[in-house]
Formats: sequence, structure tokens, C-alpha cells
Amino acid sequence: MAMSWLWAGMVALSVLCGAVNGRMAQVSAAALEGAGAAVELCLGMLGSVCLWMGVMELMERCGLADGLAAALRPVLRRLLPKASADAQTLGALSANVSANLLGLGNAATPLGIRAARRMARDCHGVAHDELCRLVVLNTASIQLLPTTVAGIRAACGSAAPLDILPAVWLSSALSVTAGLLAARALQAVWRT
Amino acid sequence: MDLSAYIVPVLLLLCAVCGLRRKVDVYDALITGAGSGLQVVARILPSMAALLCAVYMLRASGAMELLTGLLTPLLHALGLPPEVTALMLIRPMSGSGALAVGSELMARYGPDSYIGRVAAVMLGSTETTFYTIAVYFGAAGIRKTRYAIPAALTADLAAFVFAALSVRWLTA
Repeated sequence: MAMSWLWAGMVALSVLCGAVNGRMAQVSAAALEGAGAAVELCLGMLGSVCLWMGVMELMERCGLADGLAAALRPVLRRLLPKASADAQTLGALSANVSANLLGLGNAATPLGIRAARRMARDCHGVAHDELCRLVVLNTASIQLLPTTVAGIRAACGSAAPLDILPAVWLSSALSVTAGLLAARALQAVWRT
Repeated sequence: MDLSAYIVPVLLLLCAVCGLRRKVDVYDALITGAGSGLQVVARILPSMAALLCAVYMLRASGAMELLTGLLTPLLHALGLPPEVTALMLIRPMSGSGALAVGSELMARYGPDSYIGRVAAVMLGSTETTFYTIAVYFGAAGIRKTRYAIPAALTADLAAFVFAALSVRWLTA
């Protein structure tokens, strides 16, 4: 439902501004132009997305996901010590973060849900500190290869669609850090 | 000789060699992954058609400039280009909406321009925060989310600011 309101709001704002600015003819043309641009964009990004998702699948089958999960365990033990005490929760957590890193959203969500459920046992519907940290880890996407964005850049005719990778890694890492620091600062003051 | 031209071909070669050494069916993995790529794009297309229609209307009506103008002082203070206002507003709420706004920016200003790069890095280093929180806490039966939302939004804001900074630092 939220999307319905968002879409209706965008259209209403466009009609209002278009009428006030006397640009209704342009607005009318833009509606169709936008829908057409969506198809062009999706066709343009299809090749790049298919290739990189194929490479990611190959890397996963080569054992990269398991390797990443193993490398992540010490980090998670420090970040979520209570949850990591349980071997099954730690397994789901490390697999969740490693799937996120590889951009396997479909695999990451069920794993993260499994971890969240185990962590939420006997907390009576109140998010404890480690659950908040888990959510921050998952909302600040850290992705080694952002396939969709690379695909859009390719579709728009970028000279080197992947050359934003260092900037993406840097800004993801800093944003996760900022989120975890904010959680640390808020946990002392936000009791209920 | 341009070394960066080697990255993609060598990465592909390394993956193939590594797969063959581990007795992985390399070709099958590639086409399975490509198949799920096709599904991803097919899932994106309908919502992109609806949302790009709305985004193009916003742009043509002058509403986008109005929105940008309102937030320009705040964005200048954060070192962000005002053109990305709409992208920042929609990013935590809707993943496909953010893709629509971001791709319009890349198409309009060029994917290799400063604004195009900042938009791409913003998209790549953030998630649909509210959706993710709803999925995880919904599944775990959490009703009191405490500080999870402000902490996650802090991470988003940091990602926006650092997206602009890292593009400036890393592209000469």
C-alpha cells in the first residue's frame, strides 16, 4: 500500500506543478517517455546483470561463500557475542552476511530471518541491542559486486561500469561503521 | 598499457580456472546465474515502468527542481550535490523507486559524470532500510524496535555523505 501512496503522490505533485508552471504538455509526453525509458534501461542492463550474476554463482560454487562465512565468524563473535555463543545462530549469521557480500539477496534474507528468530527467543517482542545491530548490518548493504548498479551504468553507456567499485566499498564500510557507532551510542540512552 | 583494462578479463579467467580446479561445472554455474539475472531484471521491469513514468513526470513538471531547491542549503552543508535530493528521500522507502530515480540521474547527467557516479555509489552502498527492518523484525515477532530505525538511518545518511566524498577522492 505504501507504494500506491508514493506513486499517487508523485503523480499528484507532477500534475499540480505542471498546471502551475504551464508545462502540462511536457508532463503528458514525459509519462509515456518514462515508461519507454524503463524498457530501454532494463534491456540495456540485462547483459551485464546476467554476466555478473553468472560469475557470482560460479564464485559461490567455488566455495567463496563458505570461505567468506568462515572469515566473518571472528568479527561476528565480537559484534554479536550473545548470539554467537549459539553455534546454529552463528552459522546462520555468517552465511547471511556472506550472502549479502556476494549480492545474493534471495539467499541472504531467509538466513538473516533464521538468525533473527533465534536471537529473538524470550525477548517478548522488544528488540535487544544485538538484534538492533543485526538490522544495522543488513540495512547498510555491503556488497562486493553491485550487479544491478553496474548494469544500469552499462545501459547508460558508461566507459567502465565497474570503476565505481572502490568508492562503493569505501562508502559501504564507512556507513556500516557509522550505523554501528550510532547503535552503540543510542543503546545507553534508549532503554525501552 | 592500461592495467585497469585487465581487471575484468583476468577476473573471468581466474573464476574459470578456480572452478575447473575445484571440479565445478563452470558453464552450468554461469548460465544458472545468468538465468537468475534474467529473473531479477524481469522482476524490476514492471515497477520501473510505473516509477520511471512518475519520475519523468516529476522532472517535466518542474516539481523536481522545486524539491531540489528546498533542500539545497542542507545538502550544501553536507557536501552533497543538490541533484540527488529525490534519490536520498526515496532510497530508504522503495528499492525500485530508488533505482528509477538513480537511473534517471545517470541517464540525464551521464553515468561517468560526478552526479551520475554519486548516484551509482549511493545506490550501491545502501539498502531499502524500512523494508529490511519490516522483514526481519516482522519475522522475529519484534513490536518494539527501540533505536533500530534511527541507527539504520544514520548508516544511510553516512553512506550518502561518504558516497559524494569517496567519488571525489577516488576519481581524479
